[in-house]
Amino acid sequence: MQDAIHIHVNGEARTWRSGATVTELLQDLDIRTERVAVELNLEILDRATFDQRSLKDGDRIEILWFIGGGSL
Amino acid sequence: MADDRLIIAGREFKSRLWVGTGKYKDFAETKKAIEVSGADVVTVAVRRVNITDRSKENLLDYIDPKKYTILPNTAGCYTVEDAVRYSRLARAAGVSDLVKLEVLGDERTLFPDTAGLIEAAKILVKEGFIVLPYTNDDPIVAQKLVDVGCPAVMPLAAPIGSGLGIRNPYNLKIIMEMIKVPIIVDAGVGTASDAAFAMELGADAVLMNTAIAGAQDPIAMAEAMNYAVQAGRLAYKAGRIPRRLYATASSPIEGML
Repeated sequence: MQDAIHIHVNGEARTWRSGATVTELLQDLDIRTERVAVELNLEILDRATFDQRSLKDGDRIEILWFIGGGSL
Repeated sequence: MADDRLIIAGREFKSRLWVGTGKYKDFAETKKAIEVSGADVVTVAVRRVNITDRSKENLLDYIDPKKYTILPNTAGCYTVEDAVRYSRLARAAGVSDLVKLEVLGDERTLFPDTAGLIEAAKILVKEGFIVLPYTNDDPIVAQKLVDVGCPAVMPLAAPIGSGLGIRNPYNLKIIMEMIKVPIIVDAGVGTASDAAFAMELGADAVLMNTAIAGAQDPIAMAEAMNYAVQAGRLAYKAGRIPRRLYATASSPIEGML
């Protein structure tokens, strides 16, 4: 585990493997890439770049999608 | 009313009833209520994916974005920064450039922070969003929202989820007369007569969530709202009779004994 990295995914601390891409993270979490938005360290990622962006130690990732809502 | 289409920013909408997708028992009930309501615009919220429980289905598995116009909202945002961030995230999630913009000012009333709303609208319009702002029943603010590029304005009838109905019909009427873009009455409707009243005043559409989802029988209320909005629109176009203090007989006097 020497190349393990510590990241935050949706506020939860996770240990992940170094060099994993956003696409791989989504796959490992069993999240379909269509219709999700990903924010990496407050930068909103273009869907087309998910498999080019690799994760590094300390990254904070937010994965969002649509849920039921009117106004709240 | 096939030729009575609502057009906003070049997009055509069949239904003048728009509905939210919150507070339903489950996705099946949400789907059924929306079908029965006849709405073709549905609002959704943007939230974190639950990464620990991946068994949960996604709303869009039930509400087909090819069939409905998905209108993401910025519900729960109290600052310009948050509202802009959520709007960008919604667009990144890939369903549309539309956003129902909310910048809330207070948790108890959920009234909009109209200064923040105008500022956020300005930023998002520049970024190419089609901004539909949830605002107060203030004609001056409504005009300012149009001035910064909003192609429609969504004034409230009453506080969100309150079911109080149309509390200030005169302000809404002024907005409808003054503002030259479609007006969608958003929030506060309690029952079918409230929706019909909003349409009779001249609203171009009505948006609601709690009035349907919170009813004892949401599916039946969705149907009631469908009829109410159509009836109200028809009555508005038909032109009501003036109010008079005294009677005017509708049977002729001539020929009486």
